[in-house]
Amino acid sequence: MSDTQVEHAEQTGLAHQFEDLSQQHDADTFGIWIFLVTEIMFFGGVFAGYAILRWFYFAAFEGGSHLLDIRLGAFNTVVLLGSSLTMALAVRSAQIGSRRAQIIFLTWTLILGGVFLGIKAYEYHQKFVEHIVPSLDWAPEGEVLARLAPGGLNHAQLYFFFYFGMTGLHALHMIIGMGLLFWLLLRARRGDFTPAYFAPVEVVGLYWHFVDIVWIFLFPLLYLIGGRY
Amino acid sequence: MSQHIEPLKTYVTVFVSLISLTLLTTAVAFIDLGPFNTVVALAIAFCKMMLVILFFMHVRHSGGLVRITIIAGFFWLALLIGLTMADYQTRTWTPPPQAWSKTAPPTHP
Repeated sequence: MSDTQVEHAEQTGLAHQFEDLSQQHDADTFGIWIFLVTEIMFFGGVFAGYAILRWFYFAAFEGGSHLLDIRLGAFNTVVLLGSSLTMALAVRSAQIGSRRAQIIFLTWTLILGGVFLGIKAYEYHQKFVEHIVPSLDWAPEGEVLARLAPGGLNHAQLYFFFYFGMTGLHALHMIIGMGLLFWLLLRARRGDFTPAYFAPVEVVGLYWHFVDIVWIFLFPLLYLIGGRY
Repeated sequence: MSQHIEPLKTYVTVFVSLISLTLLTTAVAFIDLGPFNTVVALAIAFCKMMLVILFFMHVRHSGGLVRITIIAGFFWLALLIGLTMADYQTRTWTPPPQAWSKTAPPTHP
C-alpha cells in the first residue's frame, strides 16, 4: 500500500482486504448475523428445554409464574424497547454524521440498559426475600407456598431454575452489550464514526436489538403463562 | 454506500407499535382464553420480533445473503424445538416392549 492509500484508509476506516466500503459493510453485517444465528441456537436450546418441561409440569410453571410481578416485567419490556429505539437512533445519527446526537443516544441506551438491570436486580432480591431461589435459598412458606404447592414444590423449583437461568443469561448479554456501548461512546466522543464508516455502531446495534428480541419472548413465556385472571 | 437512512418517523412509529403490542399482550393475560392465551402471547411476541428485525435491524433493506442467513437460523431453531417436542409428545403412543417390564417400567408424567 502506498502512503496515500494508507492515509485514505485511516480516514475512511476501509480495511485493506476490501474493495470498497460497500463491500466491507456487507461483510460486517453478514458476520454479525452469522454470530447472531449461533446465539439463536444458544438461546434456542434453553427455550426448547423450557417448552418440554412447561408441557410436563404446567401447573407448577403456572404457579411459579404467578409469583412474578407482571407490572415490573411489562415496565422492563417498555424500558428495553426504548433502549432499542435509542440504539437505532444512535446508528441513524452515525449515518447522518451527527456526533452530538450519537453521544446523546448512546448515553440514553446505556441509561435504559442500566434501568432494566436495576429492576431485574430488585426482582432477584425479591426472590431471596420470598425464599424461592432454587438450590441457594429454597424454602417457600405461607402464601407463596400455597401458590406453589398444587403443582409440586420440586417442579416449581424447576420453573425458577428456568427463570433465573434464562433471565440470567439475558442479563449477562446485556452487561456485555453495555460494555460495548461504553466503548462505542468513547469512540463516538473521539469522532471515529462518519457517514462512510460506522460499522462498530451498526454491529453493536444489531447485537443489542437481538438481546431485545430474546426479552420479547422471555416476557410472555415467564411472566404471562397461565394468565392472571 | 448502499446504506439506506430510515426517516425518524419510521423509528418512532415502530416504537409506538412495539409499546402498544406490549400493553396488548399484558392486557390479554388478564382475559381467560383457555389454551389460546399462550398462542396469542407468542403470536404478539412474533409480531414484535418481526418489527424489530425488519426496521430496527434494517433487514427491510438488507440483501439476500443476510435474509437467507436469518431464515436458516430460524429454520434450524424450528427443527430443534419441533422435532424435540414431537419426540416427547409421541413417546407414550406405543407401549414399552414386554422384555422391559422385568425391570421397572419407564414412568412418564
